[in-house]
Amino acid sequence: MTVTPLGLYCEPGNFFIDPSRPVERAVISHGHADHARPGHKAVLATPDTLAIMRARFGEDRAGDVQEPLRYGESVTRNGVRITLLPAGHVLGSAQIVLEWKGSRIVVSGDYKRARDPTCAPFEPMECDVFVTEATFALPVFHHPPAEHEIRRLLDSVALFPERAHVVGAYALGKTQRIIALLREAGWDRPVYLHGAVEKLCTLYESLGVPLGDLRPVPKGLKRGHPPILAGEIVIAPPSAESTPWARRLADPVTAAASGWMTVRQRAKLRGVELPLIVSDHADWDELLATIEEVRAPEVWVTHGRDDALIHALSLRGVRGRALHLVGREDEEDEGAPEAPAGTEVPAGAAH
Amino acid sequence: MSVQAFADLLERLVFTPGRNAKIALMRRWFAEQPDPDRGVGLAALTGELAFTAAKPMVIRELVESRVDKVLLALSHDYVGDLAETVALIWPQREGVNAPPPSLSEVVEGLELASRAEVPALMEGWLDTLDAGGRLALIKLVTGGLRVGASARLAKTALAEWSGQEVGEIEEVWHGVAPPYIPLFRWLEGQGPRPDAAGAPVFRPLMLAHPLEAPADVAAVEANPGDWRAEWKWDGIRVQLTAGPGGRRMWSRTGEDISGAFPEIAEAMEFHAVLDGELLVIRDGTVAPFSDLQQRLNRKVIGPKLMRDYPVAVRLYDLLLDGEEDLRALPFDARRARLEAWYARHAPARMDVSEMIPFTGLDHLSGLRDTARAASIEGLMLKRADSPYLPGRVKGLWWKWKRAPLTVDAVLMYAQRGHGKRSSYYSDYTFGLWRTNEDGTRELVPVGKAYSGFTDQELVMLDRWVRNHTTGRFGPVREVEKAFVLEVIFDAAQLSSRHRSGVAMRFPRIARLRPDKPAEEADALETLMAMVENRPAGA
Repeated sequence: MTVTPLGLYCEPGNFFIDPSRPVERAVISHGHADHARPGHKAVLATPDTLAIMRARFGEDRAGDVQEPLRYGESVTRNGVRITLLPAGHVLGSAQIVLEWKGSRIVVSGDYKRARDPTCAPFEPMECDVFVTEATFALPVFHHPPAEHEIRRLLDSVALFPERAHVVGAYALGKTQRIIALLREAGWDRPVYLHGAVEKLCTLYESLGVPLGDLRPVPKGLKRGHPPILAGEIVIAPPSAESTPWARRLADPVTAAASGWMTVRQRAKLRGVELPLIVSDHADWDELLATIEEVRAPEVWVTHGRDDALIHALSLRGVRGRALHLVGREDEEDEGAPEAPAGTEVPAGAAH
Repeated sequence: MSVQAFADLLERLVFTPGRNAKIALMRRWFAEQPDPDRGVGLAALTGELAFTAAKPMVIRELVESRVDKVLLALSHDYVGDLAETVALIWPQREGVNAPPPSLSEVVEGLELASRAEVPALMEGWLDTLDAGGRLALIKLVTGGLRVGASARLAKTALAEWSGQEVGEIEEVWHGVAPPYIPLFRWLEGQGPRPDAAGAPVFRPLMLAHPLEAPADVAAVEANPGDWRAEWKWDGIRVQLTAGPGGRRMWSRTGEDISGAFPEIAEAMEFHAVLDGELLVIRDGTVAPFSDLQQRLNRKVIGPKLMRDYPVAVRLYDLLLDGEEDLRALPFDARRARLEAWYARHAPARMDVSEMIPFTGLDHLSGLRDTARAASIEGLMLKRADSPYLPGRVKGLWWKWKRAPLTVDAVLMYAQRGHGKRSSYYSDYTFGLWRTNEDGTRELVPVGKAYSGFTDQELVMLDRWVRNHTTGRFGPVREVEKAFVLEVIFDAAQLSSRHRSGVAMRFPRIARLRPDKPAEEADALETLMAMVENRPAGA
């Protein structure tokens, strides 16, 4: 296993994991834009991840040869056994388990341990090397139960029935998780969608994740049309509230669903009125608990706050190594660029 | 109810930009919280709850006993604020299942505890709260509580919730104390109006509208004899309340500012309620507002500061003489009482605002525009028969500002607004040309404006900003230096706090000048020439 400018490369198996540019053979952990890129020759991933890639990149750019591999099943490439296990991050997200000559590496991709009704839960697997993310690897990050944050949203909707609530959420994963949690909390009114999050909601439903009554935010309103969707919940990509798109909505309360909302200054800078701490990444406790569970004597950190995590691991007698993978932007950060007036933000705008 | 509920209220107030939304949040607090917590919360909102039970150092020591130093340092570095870092990082002790404390328990606990007992008390509470609750607790205990609402807004919310006039609430306010149980009983119709019982209370000020509409001007013009004129001074409007119950100087919003101006409190040797303007006056000459600013937000008021910036109050009105309430009397009658009262008491550091005789508005506007002292904003016109009423009553008092000053400036940066304006770049920083020693010219920012334009102009400016962005810094965009704004302002004053060396009073945008090339915008010297507080010899 080596680190190359394109990302992690498995030499004996001759394939890249989540490479940042088109390659001959790629194994993809999940569908987020910084892990799954268009134009590879052969792509191995879960069936759901392949479906997400086809929806995002088009049938012809999601890999010339697509090899679906279900959770728990294995294939062998040049003597390297590859198994995919649920990572609990988004629908289809997988940990990539590699076994070669009696040693085992688990590349976890991005993951979380908190409950998510839209995807299979993380399955820990003991290994010799555990490759982890460290997006929220500071002890200040303790994500509260997402259900608690959803109650805060519904409480605000009840308090301000004359205003529309716009939840800024990433199009893949976060959007569907928020909707599913709203349904669980008893919100059976329609949920309104910004154009940039529609497509993946439709895909999730077709892959067996029910999301209830979804409607597009009305478009093409005449100038001077009275503001719309008071008392309703709208889901839009992060930053959509700062674009002219938001002007059709009734005095919007801008909420943002992200792990970064933990820190006030970040929420303030974004101009968020209702910060919701909902993250698809492991928080500090989840990272440490997972590393303990997989009992790996060595941990490689792909991106994020590797300094804090490696220090904490050293206190526990675990060897840590920072890989400094480039091109890993986390999708919970301010992602979508601002769209010019009248257009919609394209899906997967975080490059 | 626990500290947690209060933390939730604070959290939402801090992030909510809209005034009405803030009021809705506070109304719910008053409606839903039990006594005494709701009153303790009210005290916190109105700034009456100030603890310094623990220094930030105590909090740091507590957290260092539980958290690895390196991780704490990395976290503090990332979060920025120590209290927030501690609130977020605090590792709860396993097996704690005590309920979180109520707000009143915390307040009582802190009042009874000795300084040495505070850390243990804090530690116990921190273990029962979540991150939001811990942050509110730490800020409360260390005296760093910042509330996203003014005391005045809290009282307005109280008024809207109860249906009582905010003026009525102000009048009883300084006769009640946390947790305000008699106040809430009265507001809920279950008890008598609390009696201020001789304690100094604030009475809402009478305010004026600007005289602009032609119909209003014509109404004054038609009967000039019905009107009285005074200078409008550029200071801080205050109310002086003194009597056996104590002495207070209130700001326009009912904040007690006596502490910052001890020499005024000392001079209040009378039993009356007066309306006036707080000014810095040297040798009979009123100094510009920037001099008065030197006296604001000071922790320590030293003798040098009092000597360098001597303050006085110019009296406008007499509301109560002893216990006699004069507010229902016509202005002329009150004015006669004020003059007689002043002749009798002649208090130090006070004089009576001069009445300006005039024949008509033409005469008056001539007087107004020749008075170029920076400390004069314009004129006040008061109906001779006007009673003293709280708030901004239309048609009785007018403020008539002198014509503003103007520069043509270049738009440099734009920032997104808040609330209804959060999708618009509505705050504009503009600059003027400065010629450097080598002859090159550069733009220097001189001010920021977020008003004066129409809704259509806002849409146009917003679009221009989005299409001409050259850089982004969080919510701020730097734009091409190509758009000229005609900026009007009331005065220009030298300022060491601004990079340009000059500060504008009330800048706003008068016109967009998309036709004008940026090179032809004004130079910094043009603005400098308008400065009125130039030190002698400069």
